Amino acid sequence: MTALENTTVKAPPRTLSERIVRFIGRTPVHLVLSLIALVWLVPSIGLFVTSFRPSADMRATGWWDISTWTNFTLDNYQRVISSEGMGEAFLNSLWITIPSTLIPLVIASMAAYALAWIKFPFRDTIFLIIVALLMVPVQVGFIPLVAAFRESGTGLLTGFGAVWLAHTAYALPFGIFLLRNFFITLPKDLIEAARIDGASNVAIFRTIVVPLSVPAIAALGIFQFLWTWNDLLMALVYVQRNAAQPMTVKVTQLLGTYATEWSLLSAAAFLIMIVPLVVFFSLQRYFVQGLLAGSVK
Amino acid sequence: MTATSRTASVSVAKTNQGGGGFSWSVLIFLGPAALFLLVFLVYPTIYTLLLSFNRGRGGEFTNWVGLDNWIRLFTNDPNFLRLGIPPSGALWNNVLWILFYVSLTVLFGLMIAVMATRVRYESSIKAIVFLPQAIAATSLAVIWRFVYSPDPDTGLLNALLGVFNAGPVALLGNPDTVNWALIGVGIWGSVGFATVILSAAFKGISSEVLEAARVDGASETQIFWRVIVPMVSLPISVVAVTLVVNVIKLFDLIYVMTAGGPGAASRVIAFSMYQEAFPQGQFGYGATIAVVMVLLLIPVMVYNIRRFRAEAVQQ
Repeated sequence: MTALENTTVKAPPRTLSERIVRFIGRTPVHLVLSLIALVWLVPSIGLFVTSFRPSADMRATGWWDISTWTNFTLDNYQRVISSEGMGEAFLNSLWITIPSTLIPLVIASMAAYALAWIKFPFRDTIFLIIVALLMVPVQVGFIPLVAAFRESGTGLLTGFGAVWLAHTAYALPFGIFLLRNFFITLPKDLIEAARIDGASNVAIFRTIVVPLSVPAIAALGIFQFLWTWNDLLMALVYVQRNAAQPMTVKVTQLLGTYATEWSLLSAAAFLIMIVPLVVFFSLQRYFVQGLLAGSVK
Repeated sequence: MTATSRTASVSVAKTNQGGGGFSWSVLIFLGPAALFLLVFLVYPTIYTLLLSFNRGRGGEFTNWVGLDNWIRLFTNDPNFLRLGIPPSGALWNNVLWILFYVSLTVLFGLMIAVMATRVRYESSIKAIVFLPQAIAATSLAVIWRFVYSPDPDTGLLNALLGVFNAGPVALLGNPDTVNWALIGVGIWGSVGFATVILSAAFKGISSEVLEAARVDGASETQIFWRVIVPMVSLPISVVAVTLVVNVIKLFDLIYVMTAGGPGAASRVIAFSMYQEAFPQGQFGYGATIAVVMVLLLIPVMVYNIRRFRAEAVQQ
């Protein structure tokens, strides 16, 4: 929470009348901010409430009908998890996301180390090329890579291999960029001293650079985790077996089948949100740091 | 982390001793990344560019057609671009998104950032508007399909309109309203991002500047437009560029909320690329749209490289 905390310091009002004047002076601000909080919270609350309402109630009245809230049930969750395949899709999401987070973290931090602390010809040019590759959209890969995966006859597209490889590759430019910019700020003396003592690059990387860069690596890991967890497009293209689909794809299929069955759809949509919400609230500090580092360089 | 990465320096790094010249270390550390980037980014970009001059139907990449795909895309495909009054098509919808989504997201983000600094619950309000950033666009789309539901006993929006004896309206079912309804959801999803970044920038303005303006008799509106906005113009441009990139890559929200419909009224280019290439199997045509996306992103690429080089020189 630290990064979001209020850092402006104001003198506290001394007397009661001062407090009242100050409060009234700010009433418009309080009103506007309360309205904003409502607009941002109510749609999600509506979906959350609906996910616990029996579908008979859902068809009869709006979710805001508080008198029906006593009928709350877990049936919707039970049904989407067991009979609609969201349970299996949850596991698929995990199985797609974990390698798609860890593999690019390792590869990007190694490359970032080379670009920050090993001297070699054209190093800065290579780094600028990586900055340029930041803007390559995933769409350019779709047709050639799907064709190549299909022709390889390896079953990458029916398993998770294709989506792991694609997520890894398209995460690298940002990952290398972020980590290289962090690694380069590490104390030079420390790394020089280790080098004079005869430490190899592998040793310097493992014992100095990585341990000192945990906040940056964690921020990148959280971002990549949420990005792949929340991804729909890459899964649509690179996961071509129905039983391997993650939750995002499953929900779009449910929307096709049950267009107005909001009891089921809301429960399914919330299942996708649970993991990101836990990550967001428990690791918010890293999350905001990563966001700031990623956009305001 | 921002503070430290700003001190990053290319010139310092140049003097580091890493053995110099070619070494096995470089190959070991940089090799895997280089291989991935060459195989999965560089090679497909070239392949896709070539494919945009090919018919490419049904996985056959042998029928070279010159500029046919390009000519059809810009002159003979009303789903992609129809010039008229008013214009329509995916590319035009992207223009609408850039004009309204980007400017309103920045404006609301800055307003919330400025207002929030005046209250004790600043961190809570920022966390609330930031929350959609953590959520899958798929879930966000389900949330808003529900809000927009035409049935006043289901959709909150039409229930509220019903209180004022208006509606019900099917915003997502009407070609005249669908883009505005979607842009509204986009803004709702992104304001938190702008708020957090611009709030950090706004805190960098010394309170003396704001006090001086107040002492000189400037109104709060004048202070907002004449003092705060110019002083955070660089972070605003960074946020705006990020949002423009979001628009060019926009897919999930459209796919889940409207599937580009009704008809093709709410298509955007990233949606058209997927739609033409996969369900339709027109690989050459889809590749052409992918190249259009790359072309639109090249100015951002140049901007990033320039900004990065400028920073490196400053150090």
